[in-house]
Amino acid sequence: MALLWLRFALACYFVGLFYAFFALSRTSDLFSRIALHAASLGMVFHFVSLVELFLSGHVVWASVHNGESLLAFFSMTFFMIIYAIYQTTSPGVVVFPIVFFLTFVAALDQQPVLLTSFVQHKGWLIAHIILIFTGYAALVLSFGASLLYLLQERRLKAKKPSSLISFLPALEVIDQIGYRSLLLGFPFMTLGLITGSIVAMSAYGRVDFADPKILLSILMWAVYMVMVVTRWNSGWRGRRAAVLATCAFVAAIVAWAANYFSTIHRFAAS
Amino acid sequence: MRYQLIGVNHKSAPLEVRERLAIPESRLPDCCRDLTAHPGIEEGMIISTCNRVEMITHTSNGSADLRGFLHHHFDLKAEDLDPHLYEFREKDAVRHVFRVAASLDSMVVGEAQILGQVKEAYATARAVGSVRGQLDQLFTRAFAVAKRVRTETAVGSSSVSIASVAVELAKKIFGSLEGKTVFIVGAGKMSELAARHLMAHGCGSIFVSNRTYDRAIGLAQRFNGQAIKFDDLYNSCDKADIVITSTGSPHAIFRREHGEQFLSRRKNKPMFFIDIAVPRDVSPEMAKLDGIFAYDIDDLQQAVSSHVADRRKEAELAEAIITSEVERFEAKLHTLDVVPTIVSLQDHLETIRQAEIDRVRSRMGPLTPEQEMAVEALTRGIINKVMHTPITTLKTAARESEATTVIDVVRRLFNLYEKEKGPASRATREASGKKEVEARD
Repeated sequence: MALLWLRFALACYFVGLFYAFFALSRTSDLFSRIALHAASLGMVFHFVSLVELFLSGHVVWASVHNGESLLAFFSMTFFMIIYAIYQTTSPGVVVFPIVFFLTFVAALDQQPVLLTSFVQHKGWLIAHIILIFTGYAALVLSFGASLLYLLQERRLKAKKPSSLISFLPALEVIDQIGYRSLLLGFPFMTLGLITGSIVAMSAYGRVDFADPKILLSILMWAVYMVMVVTRWNSGWRGRRAAVLATCAFVAAIVAWAANYFSTIHRFAAS
Repeated sequence: MRYQLIGVNHKSAPLEVRERLAIPESRLPDCCRDLTAHPGIEEGMIISTCNRVEMITHTSNGSADLRGFLHHHFDLKAEDLDPHLYEFREKDAVRHVFRVAASLDSMVVGEAQILGQVKEAYATARAVGSVRGQLDQLFTRAFAVAKRVRTETAVGSSSVSIASVAVELAKKIFGSLEGKTVFIVGAGKMSELAARHLMAHGCGSIFVSNRTYDRAIGLAQRFNGQAIKFDDLYNSCDKADIVITSTGSPHAIFRREHGEQFLSRRKNKPMFFIDIAVPRDVSPEMAKLDGIFAYDIDDLQQAVSSHVADRRKEAELAEAIITSEVERFEAKLHTLDVVPTIVSLQDHLETIRQAEIDRVRSRMGPLTPEQEMAVEALTRGIINKVMHTPITTLKTAARESEATTVIDVVRRLFNLYEKEKGPASRATREASGKKEVEARD
């Protein structure tokens, strides 16, 4: 059933994807409203799907696909929070395709879950999953915002009349969205890594720093850290911030992909 | 009507060309004098704003070499300048002047500043005596037309001016303008207007800097702001989110190194430069920096072009007014052509009347006051009745192309050509008559 609800959600997110492709070329209030409603409906289906998974027992989120589904849901939640604060759907241009992709993969099939039998502290595992995915979702948002910042900066620099009627919010608003996501995501990511280490400690008695998953996670965290610090200290934004955000994003993807060849962060399927 | 006009505007010439032609306020009187000293030019006036430089003249033969004047005066090569020039004569020149004054030729159609600028140019030229009867007539009418366009159409209503475009751009950069700081460099009317708009949209504090410190203080007081010495400009400019600059400096006053300095001091928070100075105050190199958004006068034009579309309809209405006004002005000029004829016709008939009354009086002896009045009324009545038709015909004809023919006919019929030559010519005629008689004897 959970998979069915997820597929409904996917259909709704498809409208969002469609919006993302067309919003760049033309501005339509009606279209963005439709996309917003579709996305909200998608989130309802998505939520139902996740709740059903949760109720089915175990820590079933701990599969690659369910993790992706969870990340998609968190990203959408962030998107909606931003919409509530700034009344703009433009981050959707970046967020919708990512969410669609994640949901699409997750909706392919149901996977066996992570081998959690050896985990003694299931509470820590749940905390780890929620924290780290919130951190990821924030990273997705700040990555999206930094791309939009670049785009808006280009437009303003090109001095075309269209820069006045563009659908994008003001440069400083985009900047705030990115910065706030970054600041919000950082503690989640940090705590997520700490809880992850705790789970690993309890399972293996030590943290293996040579493991690709852990190594890449630490690398991602370091890039994240650099982003926060440069922003805090010298107010890096625009091109430099976008480069950093892209690095962090790529690091995050690689860290996620490391699930497939990590010896300790293993899912049953891989 | 021998009006002749030459010039460049924001549509015909890029900023680089206009920069070279721009005439500072201080040099305008001399330039007006030079213009009228040019062969063939009787009257001349110069409008020099950041968007246009135009020479409007009344010439002796309708084809003065205005291009020659420009090449010579600005020391520019013909091939550099000529492709950007436009030239209008007679009716077209009148139309152009009307359109400029009515703000239909402006970068932002309908903005109100241009009328003030034209009025200032007119006052300057009048003061040096380069505007007299002909241009005076033209511009008095142009101001009236501008007023009519403003009241009868909505062209100027929604205040889309450089100022409000600047506000819109600022909002695209900063979102809300609440609490943003504005820095005015070079106290001018345009920058003051832009600052007023920005303050109205929430900008919090304001700094003013000007080479003449007193003017900075004056302007700062009006805004409850703070005056900054010009020497401290670079040290305090980074406090501002929005900088409106309009100095008369011949070189850019904000260069790349200044931009880098500002950005590092403000932790890369973006800055918006509204550069309404010609020549520009912000160097193109500085405008390339990340976080610096500099819009010069031409960029603002691009930014407003979308608004221009909305106003097209009103502008069409305004153009119709201009067309009818050009016709009226032309007709009025022709009426002025018939005025001397009407005056001499009246003089001629009045002379006859007086002569006849004198003759009657000498024959009949002194008249009683009642008789005197009756004779006066009778003769005047006859004259007026006789004159009525010729004068109406003259006035009607003035509005049409046959004016000259009718003038000619009336003058011949009443022998006005001879009369106008006056006593001096009569004396010569009499003298030559005598000679003829003598020769015959």
